Amino acid sequence: MSAPATADSSAATAPAFAGISASRKIRNSLATVLVTAAFLLALVPLVWVLYTVFARGFTVILSPGWWSESLSGLLGRQQGGGAYHAIYGTLITSLICAVLSVPIGMMVAVYLVEYGGRTRLARTTTFMVDILTGVPSIVAALFVYALWIAILGFPRSALAVSFALVLLMVPVVVRSTEEMLKIVPDELREASYALGVPKWKTIMRVVIPTALSGILSGIMLALARVMGETAPVLVLVAYAPFINYNVFGGNMATLPLLMTVERNNPTDAGADRIWGSAVTLILIIALLGVLATVLSRMFAVKTR
Amino acid sequence: MHDQENFLTFRQFLTGDVDNLRFGVLDLLLVTVEVSVVALVLAMPIGLAIALFLTQYAPQRLARPFAYAVDLLAAVPSIIFGLWGIFVLAPAIEPFASWLNTNLGFIFLFSDGDIPISRGANLFTASIVLAVMILPIITAITRDVLAQTPRTQIEGALALGATRWEVITTVVFPFGRAGYISASMLGLGRALGETIALTIILAATPQVFGGSLFDGGATFASSIALAAQEFNNPVQAGAYIAAGLVLFVLTFAVNSLARLLVAKKEYYS
Repeated sequence: MSAPATADSSAATAPAFAGISASRKIRNSLATVLVTAAFLLALVPLVWVLYTVFARGFTVILSPGWWSESLSGLLGRQQGGGAYHAIYGTLITSLICAVLSVPIGMMVAVYLVEYGGRTRLARTTTFMVDILTGVPSIVAALFVYALWIAILGFPRSALAVSFALVLLMVPVVVRSTEEMLKIVPDELREASYALGVPKWKTIMRVVIPTALSGILSGIMLALARVMGETAPVLVLVAYAPFINYNVFGGNMATLPLLMTVERNNPTDAGADRIWGSAVTLILIIALLGVLATVLSRMFAVKTR
Repeated sequence: MHDQENFLTFRQFLTGDVDNLRFGVLDLLLVTVEVSVVALVLAMPIGLAIALFLTQYAPQRLARPFAYAVDLLAAVPSIIFGLWGIFVLAPAIEPFASWLNTNLGFIFLFSDGDIPISRGANLFTASIVLAVMILPIITAITRDVLAQTPRTQIEGALALGATRWEVITTVVFPFGRAGYISASMLGLGRALGETIALTIILAATPQVFGGSLFDGGATFASSIALAAQEFNNPVQAGAYIAAGLVLFVLTFAVNSLARLLVAKKEYYS
């Protein structure tokens, strides 16, 4: 009998809206926990991989000769030697790749942002760059193999590796440069035109310097990407345990290639070389990342 | 000197004898698709959750370093993921793999494989490693799309009394759905073409692929990489270049689909 009365009085005093019901609260908290857990889960492989690599390889790269000797004349089970030959190979193939792809990539991006607009050619180019971004590295390697080695008849060489890396690096450079050029304010371009500066000079003296810090860091990150590529190296050059400075022919080692070759070496020396190379590769890539940050600070537009 | 078997339906890739080439891509296709799709199924929900965490939950000040940490995963060379996968991850997940095999063996995915589970050189390990490798791609693009959700819509939903989770299900996710799906497609494209990590992890097996995650085998990319060092005559190389063409067509289709979805989204917004 008193029950309806209390219900009435509570309805009169309760706020016009109901509080958040328990089930909604629980669902909300559960989602928060799950989403946070997913993020933590993603950090597990990152930390685990880095820990594995450093724990197994760090002492190796501190050994005398790792940075200055090759594996020339050493048997698989013999300790010692170094990765000098492979470090040279990795650096030289990436360098040639950068020298070829940076100008191409930057010019394509300048065309797309400054000249192309929404013309048919620009849209086709954007589509092609998108598709090239998704080309698997092994397909790029096979393409260079078919064209450069099978059809044109050149020998396998570090140069062929660089060509395959160019295919992988150009789209990344185009993308990042394009993004950077797009955020240069149009007012700067218009002010330059108003002073009677021709278009090419506006691009060279105003647009590119303004975007330079972002462009450079994009290039460094793209370079770090191609450095760890293994598939092109596997197809396009044969491994050599000794130093070879000639990029136009002959066998040459790179760090990823050294790792794949030493994987067939079941001794402790083989394991040391694998993980030592892994640490070296990660350190070189990390160095490029740091360089990207430093360069972007150095060339950042002075705001005052 | 041409292929003695049907290129699309023969299940083995035998190019050792140049005068009697017998190769087909069916098994390569099945292994490639199964390993990539399983990786995608593992990575998609986690990638979405991380993107939501970074855009909706993480404190503003920490969002950038957190995002950077996830991007770092993409900077690790795939060969290192491969080595980690076979030497470290495979032994660690072996008990779980055995458990799946014993208890869920009636599902074809977990049935007995053609190589011992203890070796770990199977599709199971490979798809987990692949999932880790495509996670940063899915996360990065989804994050960018979700971050563009109009502030006013989120605030409108909050003003109507929605909890944070309801804001996500009613406003943020519908806004980013197309971007999320295309990000996943790009991740799938990457997984289909991944080479060296799978070359290292997957054990070669002479048997026909049975569909189990505990089988060994080879994908398009890994079989090309394995054979690459012995490309000594154009006939044999040609067979693998043909396999590469099929892989290219596959990734081209997946990537184009992803781009189309993004383009549509831009058109409407």
